[in-house]
Amino acid sequence: MSEILLQIDGKAVKAKQGMTVLDAARSADIAIPTLCHHEQLEPYGGCRLCTVEIETRGRKRLVAGCLYPVEPDLIVRTRTEKIDSIRKMILELLLAHAPDSPQLQDLAREYRADRDRFEKEASFCVLCGLCIRYCAEIKKKYAVGFINNGARREINFIPEIAAGECWNCKECFPLCPTSYLQAAYHLTEALAFPSLSSRSASKRLVTTTTL
Amino acid sequence: MPRINSAAELETLRKDILSRRDPGKPAIAICAGTGCLGLGNDKVISAFQEEIKKRSLEAQIEIRATGCHGFCEKGPNVILYPEEICYLQVTPEDVPEIVSETLLGKKVIDRLIYTDPMTGEKAAHQSEIPFYRNQMRNLISNNTRIDPSSIEDYLAGGGYSALSKALFEMGPKQVLEEIKKANLRGRGGGGFPAGLKWETARNAPGEEKYVIVNAHEGEPGAFMDRALFTGNPHCVLEGLIIGAHAIGSHQGFIYTRHDTPQLKANIDTALAKTREYGFLGKNILGSGFDFDVEVHFDVGIFVSGESSALMRSIEGKNPEPRPKYIRTSVSGIWDKPSNLNNVETWANVPQIISKGAAWYTGIGTERSKGTKLLSLSGNICHTGVVEVPFGTTLREIVYGIGGGIPNGKKLKAVHFGGPMGGSVPESLLDTPLDFDAMSKLGAPIGAGGMLVLDEDTNMVELTRFYLDFLTNESCGKCVPCREGIRQMLKILTKMCEGKGKEGDIELLEEIAEVAGAASLCSLGKTASDPLKGTLRYFREEYEASIKGK
Repeated sequence: MSEILLQIDGKAVKAKQGMTVLDAARSADIAIPTLCHHEQLEPYGGCRLCTVEIETRGRKRLVAGCLYPVEPDLIVRTRTEKIDSIRKMILELLLAHAPDSPQLQDLAREYRADRDRFEKEASFCVLCGLCIRYCAEIKKKYAVGFINNGARREINFIPEIAAGECWNCKECFPLCPTSYLQAAYHLTEALAFPSLSSRSASKRLVTTTTL
Repeated sequence: MPRINSAAELETLRKDILSRRDPGKPAIAICAGTGCLGLGNDKVISAFQEEIKKRSLEAQIEIRATGCHGFCEKGPNVILYPEEICYLQVTPEDVPEIVSETLLGKKVIDRLIYTDPMTGEKAAHQSEIPFYRNQMRNLISNNTRIDPSSIEDYLAGGGYSALSKALFEMGPKQVLEEIKKANLRGRGGGGFPAGLKWETARNAPGEEKYVIVNAHEGEPGAFMDRALFTGNPHCVLEGLIIGAHAIGSHQGFIYTRHDTPQLKANIDTALAKTREYGFLGKNILGSGFDFDVEVHFDVGIFVSGESSALMRSIEGKNPEPRPKYIRTSVSGIWDKPSNLNNVETWANVPQIISKGAAWYTGIGTERSKGTKLLSLSGNICHTGVVEVPFGTTLREIVYGIGGGIPNGKKLKAVHFGGPMGGSVPESLLDTPLDFDAMSKLGAPIGAGGMLVLDEDTNMVELTRFYLDFLTNESCGKCVPCREGIRQMLKILTKMCEGKGKEGDIELLEEIAEVAGAASLCSLGKTASDPLKGTLRYFREEYEASIKGK
């Protein structure tokens, strides 16, 4: 593995081929905020909080730090006025869905994001996909997935798989930056695996309800 | 038909086909494009078949169900050869008269020909109708001469001679040079030079490389690619095979829509024929070059036409875009070099190879060469598929070809590029059609959807419409796009209801800025372009919807 020298916020940083800007920054104790990133999982690039400015051959552009591969002589800036305004807006957009998430609140303080900028549309889920990707990539169970697309996208447990797998796992719970996942899971559980006594009544529910 | 094994055999076959054809033989070309079929042209086709059979004229008169003729406004369209008499808005009831009067009696039926709505002047021949006369139909004109299911029709018009030239006379490097010299720019929206893209894919490391036809054409108001591909599938295939040879690819993909069965059927027939004749498969035309093509369907959302999402879809995954920090021409499908061009780009290749880059660069402007297909629609007299050389002014397209604005209304703007495009106000109508000139105005040509808007159009409502489309047609993966569109749409919806408030415009601009800068793919990056464009030229309409109309 060849060593790559780059510059992050004015500091010379040594990185290895194949690392991302985020990896390199974290190895040098330079903080870049993330929401959908997890070290054990493939980089996702969904939340865009890790947006940073890079400069190559005099050309500046904005990229997702969790995805952009390091290259020699790369200049990275992790805090500029533009970047801060992007992060502020992203946080405000997410706080409309999960206003009480501690992780979002911490970041909101740092970036002066207004929790009430947008009308509340509490879905609690911010669609970071951590639960889904953890279940697929690490556990290889695919018990939870995305349904729909665009603004209608949501997460959904697949009852048939969840019934067999989730009881003894629940490893995705602590990954959730809001508390939606637990709620969603319990709701699915309530609908799909009721006590034996009420099985016949809930069978109808299972066939007519989607989360 | 046995396989063709050399350039000489191809020319022998072509001579044989032509010797069996009489150019003076009467032929009826009936448009079976989507628009005309929707107007009931299938009934016109069967009426002609019955009438010809009834009169036992099968041997003397040929009937061709063809691809889109272009003049959708006046469909169902019928063209009678050899005179090229153009009949418009034909009904099954007209058919017996057309056969007896025009085909046998050689008399023109006055009520079926074009009448200029302004001057009352009549035009019987295709070449005299202003809609056709003012175009340069290098790509689309073959649609009326070809039965899409007949490879012989394509061969009769010189088909696959460019492939033969590329394989036996030129070779990959020279083909690449020719495409670069021609300055063929991608017609899918970006206008990126195709030759450079091909070169990147060719030079990228790895044996396995792919070439792809993007036939997704998902934006509202765009219908030119399917008109061309459905009507003349071999032209696109020939371009693709030439490109594959130049790049060094042995596997191609066609990515198309699940909801255009006619296009799929025509592609499948064309692929079967090309394999049978030896234009696809092992050892093409005896040249030693192997190449084949697979057809893939989309999964029904707009974003699957975005190049990286499209490649994911071909891999069998969700069509979610991925960042293109490494170009797809270096790392695309299964991380292999993958060269993607859209239908029209590939269709340009055979003519460049046949006639040369010098001929090609004689058409167009300094930096935009050749012709461009446009889907002309909206508040325009002549809706249809139009092909003009770059450099044609928007005014010429709207008035010279499109026949102007109906119902005595005034023109307000022309919108290009659908939900990720922009609008040009009437005052800039003398702008030439040119990739760079249009981009500067904030209205990049995009794929070629050209929507004409009259004075009654509410530009805030137009913008709201496009964001409403995108909010359901994006993938939903990244926050600036998914949530940014959601909030912009909410604000615009309120504005359209007359409930806009102070600060809304500034907030829209702030969200648009973030979505444009931080989104993952080009959909999110350009989703707010109609908003930015209309704010630039029609800001007063936004202000009016805040103050209350």
